[in-house]
Amino acid sequence: MSATPARTASSGLVTGSGASERRLPWYHLLLTAAIAIALAAIVLVLFDSFSIGGLVVLGYVLHLVIGYGYSRIREGRRWANDRFATLLVFGAFAVAMIPLISLLWEVLHRGLGKLISPYPGYFWTADMAGVVGGMVSGGIAHAIVGTLLITLGASIISVPIGLLTAIFLVEYARYGALRVLGRGITFLVDVMTGIPSIVAGLFGLALFITITNDPGIRIGLMGSVALSVLMVPTVVRSSEEMLRLVPLELREAAYGLGVPKWLTIVKVVLRTSIAGLTTGVTLAIARVIGETAPLLLTVGALPMMNGNLFSGRMQTLPTFINSQYRSGNAVCNSDAITNPITHMQYACSTTINYDRAWAAALTLILMVMILNIVARLVSRLFAPKLGR
Amino acid sequence: MSTPAAADPASTAPEQDPAQSPEPGGSKAVAGRRSKRRPGDMIFTGLSVGSGLLIFVTLALVAIFLTVRSIPAIRDSKELGGGPDAISLWSFAAPLVFGTVFAALLALIMAVPVSIGIALFISHFAPRRLATPLGFMIDLLAAVPSVVFGLWGGVWLVPKMQPLYELLNTYVGWFPLFGGDPSTPMRNLATASIVLAVMILPIITAVSREVFLQTPRLQEEAALALGATRWEMIRAVVLPFGRSGVVSASMLGLGRALGETMAVLMVLSPGATFSLHILEVGQHNTIAANIASQSAEATPDVMARLIFTGLVLFVITFVINALARAIVSRSAKS
Repeated sequence: MSATPARTASSGLVTGSGASERRLPWYHLLLTAAIAIALAAIVLVLFDSFSIGGLVVLGYVLHLVIGYGYSRIREGRRWANDRFATLLVFGAFAVAMIPLISLLWEVLHRGLGKLISPYPGYFWTADMAGVVGGMVSGGIAHAIVGTLLITLGASIISVPIGLLTAIFLVEYARYGALRVLGRGITFLVDVMTGIPSIVAGLFGLALFITITNDPGIRIGLMGSVALSVLMVPTVVRSSEEMLRLVPLELREAAYGLGVPKWLTIVKVVLRTSIAGLTTGVTLAIARVIGETAPLLLTVGALPMMNGNLFSGRMQTLPTFINSQYRSGNAVCNSDAITNPITHMQYACSTTINYDRAWAAALTLILMVMILNIVARLVSRLFAPKLGR
Repeated sequence: MSTPAAADPASTAPEQDPAQSPEPGGSKAVAGRRSKRRPGDMIFTGLSVGSGLLIFVTLALVAIFLTVRSIPAIRDSKELGGGPDAISLWSFAAPLVFGTVFAALLALIMAVPVSIGIALFISHFAPRRLATPLGFMIDLLAAVPSVVFGLWGGVWLVPKMQPLYELLNTYVGWFPLFGGDPSTPMRNLATASIVLAVMILPIITAVSREVFLQTPRLQEEAALALGATRWEMIRAVVLPFGRSGVVSASMLGLGRALGETMAVLMVLSPGATFSLHILEVGQHNTIAANIASQSAEATPDVMARLIFTGLVLFVITFVINALARAIVSRSAKS
């Protein structure tokens, strides 16, 4: 669709709007681009501020002008507008790539060093007990455990609720009062998708303060509850889509054999869509595993391991990144610092807090990416062969 | 297939679309032989209806808890309580609301044109074979956790933006937005809005792309056959067709930007004014970032005030999202 009609139009003259209108081949764009880049380079060198970034930006802007002007003269107004719009659209995509590439590069480049020193795996197996000042030690084992436990808790709460709600919407909300209820729930799930994460955190906080009557309560379970407010709508949406994909013929065949409705759902509908459901749940977990704001409010922070969701504060990866970032540069008064707990001596580095933050960010991104890849693999490998 | 349902007296459903039409076995089991229902069916029905209702209850609980917990703040405020030394809830919340809406609107202004460009690029400009991987690249942006965006914004973006801000402030300083007296490091609202814009880009792009791809192929080909350039075809066919979709996508993005915490918390150095100068440091703050930074050491009365602002945020995003969904469902019907 993209190129063929345009090429047909370019081969002949467009009638009715001036004989000078004809489409030039695409390599004329290279010509104007080269002129624009050269001009940009000259301008930048003249102003003594040459840089690759400046060259690309100025070159692009100049090319907008030069390319438009050239096309205006050789091809006419309409094709010149087309060229201009095409350039703008390509530019929009390039602009969006800047944050993505720079972010991934920065995380990899700044985080990898800390991840593999003093030896690979140390950062993932040590915790922050007794780590003070600019001490070059400490790790995120406690934060990884906290993140995994709290996310597991959130999944245990939200997967059954989300899945059963999706089953209700697809299998039960078909007529009468249930249909009206289903409409309402669909609307509320949509709205719930947009709840700000900080509001979910406030909800978890207010809920537990009200239940226990202790304003200072901060436990892992509160984080799980807050996260599940964000996770349920995602699970419902994806599961609902997957359940609707199951062909009616399968259900009818089961009913025809006298299978009760609930067994049909469990043995036929769920079994057929299990791959899609797993994918949806995995993506939902990937979405909430990086949530920070609700955990800031509900689980607090702790420098050491706490494997109990039901008592005491916990550290999680996102809140760890935030707290390390907020600590800023460390002060190094002497070359070596002693850990007050283990009495071991460590070197001192002023940038250690940022190093830890980047390494933890790399770990978190790796977790999210692995979850995403697993989700895609599951949906590809275990997809039911429905069509023939 | 629809005959048994229509003949069934208990079935009061009006017209059912094919995807939702009841299977004969199901409707008979529910309506025809109600007395003979199996216990397994009853339990399963109860469970699924119950969890559906639980969603109602959860949303209601969110609203109720936020309201109940913010009552002390409302009661003791200067406006209602009337005490001379009481704190004015208005002067506490209004700058935050202003900052939240301002930052979100700035992010929206930056993100929407770029998103429409990307969506058009993927749907109509990129080679067909590349469209899927390129779309995946944009989705990758959505997978990055917000705290990593905050880290990237605070460490990498802030120094990178400084020359541009100085340029803007020197030469376009007469324009109210770029006026004022920016100081380094540039932890100002402009940087925070840029990070917000990057974060809402994927959702706006994804929704717009879907709408653009649904443009009737025949109309597109008709426009091209009449001699329209690709851009003229897009302006005449694709954009009018996708307008409501783009509007609702933008509102979804706005909802996200209003509620986003970490990017603002980690990039912006906070203040509490109604300043329009987005380059000036320490002038603005948003509701979400304020809650996140204050809640750790909040006394009960401060906490009540924070929860009150959270309630305001909840109401704002609720309305925005409901509007967006309403537009989507209306355009889906027509």
